[in-house]
Amino acid sequence: MARYVVDVMPKPEILDPQGKAVLGSLPRLGFAGVSDVRQGKRFEIELDGEPSDALLEEVRAMAEKLLSNPVIEDFEVHAPGEQA
Amino acid sequence: MKVGVVTFPGSLDDGDARRAVTIGGNEAVALWHGDDDLKGVDAVVLPGGFSYGDYLRCGAISRFAPVMSSVIAAAGSGMPVLGICNGFQILCESHLLPGALIRNDHRKFVCRDQRLRIERVDTPWTSSYAAGAEVTIVLKNGEGGFVADEPTLDRLEGEGLVVARYLDDNPNGSLRDIAGISNERGNVVGLMPHPEHAVEDLTGPGTDGLGFFTSLAAHVFA
Repeated sequence: MARYVVDVMPKPEILDPQGKAVLGSLPRLGFAGVSDVRQGKRFEIELDGEPSDALLEEVRAMAEKLLSNPVIEDFEVHAPGEQA
Repeated sequence: MKVGVVTFPGSLDDGDARRAVTIGGNEAVALWHGDDDLKGVDAVVLPGGFSYGDYLRCGAISRFAPVMSSVIAAAGSGMPVLGICNGFQILCESHLLPGALIRNDHRKFVCRDQRLRIERVDTPWTSSYAAGAEVTIVLKNGEGGFVADEPTLDRLEGEGLVVARYLDDNPNGSLRDIAGISNERGNVVGLMPHPEHAVEDLTGPGTDGLGFFTSLAAHVFA
């Protein structure tokens, strides 16, 4: 079993209303000093077979085609527990 | 003309769109998201709603529905395609139109009678309007903020591809007050407000939306 994680985040220049809503709530809960919050999505993908460059490319293709919209989002693919 | 209206799981306004097509003097044909048969229609409307629950991103999953492969191919050959609200989102996800629609900047769902200026009138969907016509059409969306990078926005404006612009008050944070755009050829139009809800005096703010559905006939006989 191969497992990969796809992180999708709104591009820095794109307004992130959801992140702004969270940012607005934190001070009300007593969390001071939070300067910004961005909200994205995390996908955990399991595939048949052992991890390989080919499977990594496959997941990258999924991220490009469906999981993210390149107009408004960036994505990173990595193995679980690894940083991209 | 035969105008197909696609029903996706979660479409809301397909019934109103078919009604508007009929009132506009054309024949409405129901199309189904899971069927790639366009049934010989001359034009297609992608209606408003929350197709596939708006999961992932609005329009992201609908864009890969079987019917969309036919719609994308037909649009490439010049068939008129109008995407309203969720339909606009689907057209952007399909890359038939540039840009994307994101959550309203004020984070609230908006539902109001919205004033618009119709700016591009040489499309099969807007030829009934005079250039610069100011109209009032229902607007209802939660994710209607039109965004694109600056070069794309400049190109849309420079090439006259902005079909409609919000007047008075920008309801959702759309960049440059853009309410609707078209492709270069003009056959593909995406619009966030709902002209199909403004075709009869009894229901809605008036009949200003009717032009989107009468333009097709005018276009054929022009």
